[in-house]
Amino acid sequence: MPVLEGKELRIVGFLCNWCSYGGADTAGVGRFAQPTDLRVIKLPCTGRVNPLFVVRAFLNGADGVLVSGCHPGDCHYTAGNFYARRRLEVLRELLDVMGIQPERFHYTWVSASEGQKWKQVVSDFTARIHELGPATSFSSCAAVAVETGMKTAI
Amino acid sequence: MSQHTLELRKLIAEALPGLDVVLAWTSGFSPMTSTPLFIATDEDLDRLDFGPMHVQNLAAYLPSLKGRKVGIVTRGCDSRTIIELLQENLINRDEITIFGISCTGAINIRKVREAVGGEKLRSVETGKDIVSVTTDEGTHTVPLHNVLMDKCYSCQSQTPLIHDHMVTERTGCHLTGEAPESSLDRLDAMEPAARFAFWEESMDRCIRCYACRNACPLCVCKDSCVAQSRDPHWLDQSDTPREKLMFQAIHALHTAGRCTECGECERACPMGIPVLAMKQALNRRIKHLFDYQAGMDEESTPPLFMFRQQEEHIKERDAR
Repeated sequence: MPVLEGKELRIVGFLCNWCSYGGADTAGVGRFAQPTDLRVIKLPCTGRVNPLFVVRAFLNGADGVLVSGCHPGDCHYTAGNFYARRRLEVLRELLDVMGIQPERFHYTWVSASEGQKWKQVVSDFTARIHELGPATSFSSCAAVAVETGMKTAI
Repeated sequence: MSQHTLELRKLIAEALPGLDVVLAWTSGFSPMTSTPLFIATDEDLDRLDFGPMHVQNLAAYLPSLKGRKVGIVTRGCDSRTIIELLQENLINRDEITIFGISCTGAINIRKVREAVGGEKLRSVETGKDIVSVTTDEGTHTVPLHNVLMDKCYSCQSQTPLIHDHMVTERTGCHLTGEAPESSLDRLDAMEPAARFAFWEESMDRCIRCYACRNACPLCVCKDSCVAQSRDPHWLDQSDTPREKLMFQAIHALHTAGRCTECGECERACPMGIPVLAMKQALNRRIKHLFDYQAGMDEESTPPLFMFRQQEEHIKERDAR
């Protein structure tokens, strides 16, 4: 049983290999204190982020998902993050209509040298997720449906 | 037999010798259903019929008939599907012949059933503004406006955007009065938690028949669909709302920026789940972000297949 059981939420981070993963490394080397809720998954590029990764993470119980990559124009593969930006913007609406608060999802750009910015992003996002609390998951939400009388409305 | 059906038959009869097959509609196994008709001979042509009861989007068959000379009877909404397929090079324009008809609205048989209170239907006759339904109990007259498919209320063009032959245009607008509340409107009015609960309840009814996918004209992966793939293993076999909702998310995102809202997924659903709502929500967002609607222009590129270095409507956000 982890020490922080109950205090920590599950946040999944999809980081690009070239910028944000390096940025997270820089933050570590600089010994900046950061919240520990984030689980990092390294990808070659944000262009590799299928928006369905994010949906799958939420449906499997993540409380927040963070995607981070190179600044637009700095992509190691020239254009990956430009495509990612469009996809992730569209994804926001899907999460909303599915009933997953879009605030639980965030994407940003952090370069390999921006250790301080990475620390800030992680701290701010973790704080936001803690404010929202644990995400609604299946089977725990039947009570809400009855409360709002939604079943009769539809 | 209406004048227009005769005219359509005449047009097809003239073009038929040069075509392998013509896609059209005929009456189904009962007066309340219609079924696609594949016309290869003059005898087949005699069975052709069209009217508000003929609802299938025939463009769904086009990708699998690529390489053959195909004729297709097309309404306004179906023509957007054809344009979208052309944009993606899934069909060749020189292989298809489009017989345009002007549509006065397609009937949602589910709404007709509701309107007569679940009495057993015997027959359905359509007039100009009314639908007369004969049931075991008697005859009901229902205004056509009340029983149209949801997409008809936001119809942008009754006649096809592209066509080779056109049956004389008929006027007669079905768009009188207010559109009824759509599933998306109802979802918009909910709190996120209620929306999530709504999907859990709806998806619980899903029987995973994949009729939505099979009816979708833009689901062109056929046997390679990720829903059945073991590697990557996107969906497991468990009978849970979670996996079923995940499939709907896959469908919505795979058709994002391509979906023309023809409504075939929702019409095909045997459990009456409003699966179109997710796609409509994505389209609304895409319209706002990229000022783009799928299937309007053969030359344009779907928005998620391209990018701009400076995106006009995307603002960088702060995590705070």
